[in-house]
Amino acid sequence: MKLWEGLEQDLNYNAMVSQRGILNLIHSDAQRDAFTRRGNAMILNGADADLLSTEIIQKRYPFLNVSNARFPIKGGLAQHRGGTVRHDAVAWGYARGADQMGVDIIQNCEVTGFRIKGGECLGVETSRGYVAGGKIAACVAGSSGRLMGKANMRLPIESHVLQAFVSEGLKPVLPGVITFGAGHFYCSQSDKGGLVFGGDLDGYNSYAQRGNLPVVEDVCEGAMAIFPMLGRVRLLRMWGGIMDMSMDGSPIIDRTHIEGLYFNGGWCYGGFKATPASGWCYAHLLATDAPHEFAKAYRFDRFEKGLMIDEKGVGNNPQLH
Amino acid sequence: MIINHPLLGPRDSAEFTYMGDAKQIDRPDWQSPNALAQFIDYAYMRDNPAGAHRELWYHEQGDRSFLVVTRDTTTHEIFSVELASDVARIQGRIA
Ligand SMILES: Cc1cc2nc3c(=O)[nH]c(=O)nc-3n(C[C@H](O)[C@H](O)[C@H](O)COP(=O)(O)OP(=O)(O)OC[C@H]3O[C@@H](n4cnc5c(N)ncnc54)[C@H](O)[C@@H]3O)c2cc1C
Repeated sequence: MKLWEGLEQDLNYNAMVSQRGILNLIHSDAQRDAFTRRGNAMILNGADADLLSTEIIQKRYPFLNVSNARFPIKGGLAQHRGGTVRHDAVAWGYARGADQMGVDIIQNCEVTGFRIKGGECLGVETSRGYVAGGKIAACVAGSSGRLMGKANMRLPIESHVLQAFVSEGLKPVLPGVITFGAGHFYCSQSDKGGLVFGGDLDGYNSYAQRGNLPVVEDVCEGAMAIFPMLGRVRLLRMWGGIMDMSMDGSPIIDRTHIEGLYFNGGWCYGGFKATPASGWCYAHLLATDAPHEFAKAYRFDRFEKGLMIDEKGVGNNPQLH
Repeated sequence: MIINHPLLGPRDSAEFTYMGDAKQIDRPDWQSPNALAQFIDYAYMRDNPAGAHRELWYHEQGDRSFLVVTRDTTTHEIFSVELASDVARIQGRIA
């Protein structure tokens, strides 16, 4: 969190970091128990969490339908320091920062293979020629399976499609990020006024970068359940991106069995919020060859050792995490 | 997506539950000497191809059959649909 808070100063770049708060809505007693536990876990780990009553929620967000017959709002878990960031600006800011520190960024250059000799990775073959390196670090999200396949590695990861949606521009209507807990729906409002929202994965392996209509319907139904005011809002655009869904819903930041080849991936659909911390821990691993304290559990061998980090307890079903 | 069910004809994919890679038909023999390694591979490791993918779809809102669907993961085009029980029978896994 502090890495986000200092990001714009560190990079001298406006990434539109906006700590407008995030609210996870609660719809049942069981969910209140689960979210109370989540809130306690957050506080124990030094983050903030605040359990809000329906009355407070209604006062702060008067447009929410708290008495939906099927999914009444029974409360919420708020992290007031959470919020939104402009994702392009994060990529640009980091790229410029890295460039200024002497990193060479080679654009339009695809890694097409790894040069591996005697169990050691010596460099990468690319569409623009061979690049040698002492340490090779892979970090390609949805393309993880395809890339590591070039090193004859199979991963505990499936690639799935997740869709996102933007509405036409509206006056300010939504102060913060709100997630619907009974289905899967989350929403915030961009500075341009469009509502930015999404929901579940489509639920099948995909590299197509586009989804199908059943999920569009499901997401819009989630929206209507809590924001009946959105009924007349028009969808402006939607798209699908490829998620590196791991078998337990948690990421991997680790060395591979090939000397000199490292891997960071399996972030599922939570990889953006993790960007600074993920990079921080990966850099630590690359520099010291030992996992960072925060990433000690994110190892390849946790599956064979039975040490999965399966927060939802749904087992090896990547599409359900 | 429309899945051409071998018994019921074309059905909306929304009637189905996706169950992942069809290799899950090939449950390893728990008595084989390297059963542990085989089960780790079976449960957790995936080819995850960009292109033709053999996968299991469960017709939960229909006749409850498991289907093996061969589908292009880059276009969502479906090449073939078989009953998983037929596939298992051809492999000699069931009588
Ligand atoms: C619709 C959608 C909504 C999302 N919403 C959220 C959200 O609200 N919160 C959140 O935390 N996360 C969200 N995510 C997930 C998040 O966007 C990703 O986890 C994150 O962007 C991954 O960052 P990355 O830098 O690891 O990978 P990417 O940003 O995907 O970068 C990987 C790079 O590797 C390159 N690459 C791939 N293969 C090769 C190769 N062979 N050679 C060279 N380069 C290669 C690609 O071109 C790409 O530039 C969402 C994702 C999607 C699709």
